[in-house]
Amino acid sequence: MLALGSSLGTQFLDSFKFMANNTGHLLHDTLSTLALSGAALGVALAVTLPPAVWLGHVHRGSGFAIRIANLGRALPELGLIAIFLALLGLGFLNVMVALVIVGIPPILANTFTAVDGVDPEAVDAARGMGMTERGIVFKVELPLALPLMFAGIRTASLFIIGASPLAAIAGGGGLGEIIVNQASYGFDGVLAAALWIAALALLVQGLLALLQKALTPKGLKVRARATGERAPRIDVGVADAERIAGIEAPAA
Amino acid sequence: MNLIVAAGGGPVIPNFGGSADKCAQNNGLFCWHWFTSHWGSIFGPALVQHIVLVLIAVSIGFVIAFAAALLAYRMPRWEAPIVIVSSLLYTIPSLALFQILVPFTGLTRLTVEIALVMYCLLLLFSNIVTGLREVPEEVRDAARGMGLTPRQILLRIDLPLAVPAIFAGLRVATVTTISLATVGAFVTNQGLGAPIFDAIGRGNFKTEFLAAAALAILLAWVADLLLVALQGVVAPWASRRRSSLVPRGVVRAIRRRPRPISAVREA
Repeated sequence: MLALGSSLGTQFLDSFKFMANNTGHLLHDTLSTLALSGAALGVALAVTLPPAVWLGHVHRGSGFAIRIANLGRALPELGLIAIFLALLGLGFLNVMVALVIVGIPPILANTFTAVDGVDPEAVDAARGMGMTERGIVFKVELPLALPLMFAGIRTASLFIIGASPLAAIAGGGGLGEIIVNQASYGFDGVLAAALWIAALALLVQGLLALLQKALTPKGLKVRARATGERAPRIDVGVADAERIAGIEAPAA
Repeated sequence: MNLIVAAGGGPVIPNFGGSADKCAQNNGLFCWHWFTSHWGSIFGPALVQHIVLVLIAVSIGFVIAFAAALLAYRMPRWEAPIVIVSSLLYTIPSLALFQILVPFTGLTRLTVEIALVMYCLLLLFSNIVTGLREVPEEVRDAARGMGLTPRQILLRIDLPLAVPAIFAGLRVATVTTISLATVGAFVTNQGLGAPIFDAIGRGNFKTEFLAAAALAILLAWVADLLLVALQGVVAPWASRRRSSLVPRGVVRAIRRRPRPISAVREA
């Protein structure tokens, strides 16, 4: 037991030594992980938001949105990367496509549900005041839908960052490169990179939670305080299976 | 095809395992023959290992999450800490979590199971607690009025009514675990992730990539269907038509107003 304890300590100590000696390398890899994840999230948002908002606005295609979201849930990240290794080969494109696919389901499901679920009376009132459909979407529906939409974006970022180390096996670079390459970096390096990316994921989620708070319209905050509502957190598919047969999930 | 291989240079395609298999030698997109002839040696065992990994992880995760949910349900002040801890675990990328556990439990199946259980917890716990909380207060009042003890209310009212949410959690957790278990092959060479790494070792063998990924997806799909069927058997009252496709709970969940639960309970 004592021996186990001391070797445990040594292993973590060595990994911290590795961090101290390779800070530059780790920072460089951190940036490329963030760049890759950010780009994937950006593409996923660009691809998903317009159709999801539109479908929610016209209250159509709930079956479609939910089915896509469910389909996405069943896709294992590593499996996706493997599929695109076969179809596209090694490289940036493969990793990018896989990460974008990982990010789409939570954004689609939450955005559709959020816009679709905006109080119809608010929309009717806006229409009665003579607002255009475009105005209704941008000035009424989107602000009211924002908290739930943002919860979906947070979930997407969680999945994408979670899957990003796996990208290394397909030549995606980043911190995963160290984790999958024990032969070059030794277990110190693997453990250091693992701890580092765990901290990075927690940090990013913390920052996004703060951003979500800042982005929530004042009116909603006031109402939330009055009614004791809580801001939507990372969506873990609570009752999803019921509501959406399980939109979200893995951190891969 | 041979020309391309030659032009591509020898080292690109070291060993695709098919001695007489033309398709495999040329690294065709999907060589059905190679797949069927390696079912017994590669894919069958990997699939069985994968199912065992997932069954163990989800069962243990369910027991822990269920106990935690009952605790949080009875003593709500425990809910926040449990959610925070399980959310933190859920946030850690799987590849990193597996490696962080290696110093503790080594390159063993135990390491993989511990990580998988950790990922289940948040999904199962949140759903079970939500299910218990969503039991209408009037129903509980009626039960109390009929003279049921708190224990009877839990067993006869709350749990049966929470079954749909509990199954929702089980489905999400199972599908997620099936997905994450592939990553476990980094630690122990088991499950459907193993053929994926094997394929990389062979020089990116396409058939093996596609077969392993397709089996993982298929397994998730079948497991989900089985859980839906199981819910129909265990709790026929909870199986509504199209229940899985109606996104009704989302809006309700965020708009939910606090109910005067504690006030009623103290009275």
